[in-house]
Amino acid sequence: MANEKNILQSLNRAIVEGRPEEAPRLAEEALAAGNQPLEIIEKACVPAIEEVGRLWEAGDYFLPELIAGAEAMKSAMNVLQQALKSSGQSLKSCGRVVIGTVEGDIHDIGKNLVASMLRASGFEVIDLGADVKAEKFVETAAREKADIIAMSALLTTTMLNQKKVIALLQEKGLRENFKIMVGGAPVTEKFAREIGADGYGQSAVQAVAVARSLLAGGGGGR
Amino acid sequence: MSEALRPKVEFLTHQAVEQIIDEAFELLEKIGLFVENEEALQLLEEAGQRIDRRHGRVFISRELVEKCLRLCPSEIKLYDLDGHREYLVGRDEIHFDPGSAAIKILDSETLREREAKTSDLVALYKLVETLENIDFQSTALVSADVSREIADIYRLYLGLLISRKPFVTGIFRVESLRPMLDLLVAVRGDEESLTEKPLAIFDACPSPPLKWSRLTAQSLIDCSRLGVPSELIPMGLTGATSPVTLAGTLVQQMAESFGGMVICQLARPGAPVIFGCSPASFDMRKGTTPMGAVETMMIDCACAQIAKFLNLPTHAYMGLSDSKLVDGQSGIETAMGATLAALAGINMISGPGMLDFESTQSLEKLVVDNDLCGLALRLVRGIALREKPLALHLFEQVGPDFNFLVLPHTRKWYRQEHYFSSVLDRDVYDTWLALGAPDIFGRAKKEVQRRLSLYERPELGRNKAGELRKIIENYARACGVESLPELPEI
Ligand code: B12
Repeated sequence: MANEKNILQSLNRAIVEGRPEEAPRLAEEALAAGNQPLEIIEKACVPAIEEVGRLWEAGDYFLPELIAGAEAMKSAMNVLQQALKSSGQSLKSCGRVVIGTVEGDIHDIGKNLVASMLRASGFEVIDLGADVKAEKFVETAAREKADIIAMSALLTTTMLNQKKVIALLQEKGLRENFKIMVGGAPVTEKFAREIGADGYGQSAVQAVAVARSLLAGGGGGR
Repeated sequence: MSEALRPKVEFLTHQAVEQIIDEAFELLEKIGLFVENEEALQLLEEAGQRIDRRHGRVFISRELVEKCLRLCPSEIKLYDLDGHREYLVGRDEIHFDPGSAAIKILDSETLREREAKTSDLVALYKLVETLENIDFQSTALVSADVSREIADIYRLYLGLLISRKPFVTGIFRVESLRPMLDLLVAVRGDEESLTEKPLAIFDACPSPPLKWSRLTAQSLIDCSRLGVPSELIPMGLTGATSPVTLAGTLVQQMAESFGGMVICQLARPGAPVIFGCSPASFDMRKGTTPMGAVETMMIDCACAQIAKFLNLPTHAYMGLSDSKLVDGQSGIETAMGATLAALAGINMISGPGMLDFESTQSLEKLVVDNDLCGLALRLVRGIALREKPLALHLFEQVGPDFNFLVLPHTRKWYRQEHYFSSVLDRDVYDTWLALGAPDIFGRAKKEVQRRLSLYERPELGRNKAGELRKIIENYARACGVESLPELPEI
């Protein structure tokens, strides 16, 4: 009993302290000790990633720690999801997000941060990278049954491509299937409204709040 | 008279410089350069470089880089609108230009950032024309009332109508390059005249790490063919898109610049290139790209030191701030940057006016920065030995009251020896109180208005207006943009 608790505790620490090379082994040990995958996720992993987020917001953790925490979470979840699948169970994620930087634009640092934060907060994230064509956003979102399409743009000239994606969704009659959020330095809440996006976020931390609020049925952005 | 000692700052030992260059060569040979531009790949292939087509990766030999380095001019000359005034970009000459391509402007009344209008850009150009310590214009602001498709070219179009000073500019999309070059050719009359007397420099940033995109590589090729100088501006973000150590980032940035320089020289041997630099010490706490960080400035200066070692013209993004207001922080970061850049002898220093990580321009800050640049320019002129003897003879001339104010020597030298600022406060307390106790922002705000009233439009810009208008209208139409905003009174 004490040992079992210790394993969950160790897994928790491995995520909080950002040790992605150890986390999968600890997840496997936790399974081997007879814990249910869901229980491990709820008792060890989720509280761990929440603590990472708290430490980041408090300014104790900087980006390298935040990213390491998210990576450790991901590597543990790979093991646990596999186990869930073979036991016929499934995990309900916070939501599935297709994210990318729009066509013509290669700025991807902000987008990567948003993706990491969403991941770390329990969203499933499909990252299409940078310079992503409108068709690719739409196809991937439709195929993966995404909840949210998130687009980043850093150039005045490429902001328009966010609108292009929304137009393409409308054209295909798919607009209502997804919530859309946009961001990037030149993007403003006003612009987001004008192009008919559902949410706008100024930072990666805000992106998470916006995504949550969109899926909870609220509006997004401030 | 012997020349004044020019104060200098260096950050690298000779051995460190060579080590960084060597490792950069090795990086290009072993890891290679990612080139997303077909024309550039072809040039490199024809030059016998090994190419991994599937990944668009070129392994560039040290031999080719060294050969191309020998083709680079060590000095470049820029000319103003009329082609009369010449500016040397090279040696230890320094020139300031406003930080480029801001997406917002700091509103003078609300003190909040907002989108810029064409009228803001007009005011900015006019103001910069009057700033004596800022030699060049840059296409510093993107106006939101212009269709976004033509945002990059419109800035240059407007600038050429207004200003006499040469331009630092750049493209946001490949399609804009040709018409932007057309604008410049139109001003000069023909292509040969533009080649002979460059009026603008085109910034091109490699994508860290080690990549030249379709856009930026095209800019290098087309500008080089026309003899228009390219400013290579690697922007490693320490720990995010480049190694976290300053020296590690220097290696990467040198490799990126070498790669860009090779593309230029293959496009046209002898093409003018400037080795620029705009890194940021990426802030791991906030996820931001501070341009006012001391480490950013150290990389900038060191980059220039290496380029100077190779006898190349230099550039850096310095003399700007991450503050959101024209306040203490903006003064500290800008003054430190401008001073260090001047001490490092960096030829092109881009930054004045800029706030908030290269996002926001401010007219008031431009005026304050004009003074900070003035101080830096004064500083590097050093301490001149004006007369011989230096002082002895004065004591023979000066009366028993030792009043130096009356000496002709004083009148002769005081303006050359001392810098007179336009907005730094040197009033006595009561005068300052009587003026309404203004802070630097308040003084700058007034000074902006005074300077704007001094602006005079150059004749050539007026004469060429019709021709330039045709170019921009044709291009706008080709982009599906039907209307251009009404031109404000210039
Ligand atoms: C780093 C950088 C680059 C790097 C990018 C490296 C990379 N892998 O991303 C490089 C060197 C490649 C680059 C290239 C260019 N750049 Co650049 N670049 C920048 C810079 C300095 C910082 C951007 C950044 O990474 N910031 C840090 C991140 C963390 O912030 P962020 O992206 O804003 O993201 C945050 C939020 O916006 C938000 N967010 C972002 N995306 C999303 C999405 C959603 C859904 C949500 C909710 C939130 C959200 O959350 C993020 C985290 O908090 C900016 C200046 C600036 N102030 O933005 C210029 C800037 C964007 N670049 C600019 C320019 C002009 C260019 C070039 C065209 C220059 C050239 N001629 O070569 C090329 C463009 C090439 C291309 N086709 O894209 C201009 C744009 C001007 C304009 N009006 O459009 C800027 C503003 C600088 C300037 N003033 O000149 N650039």
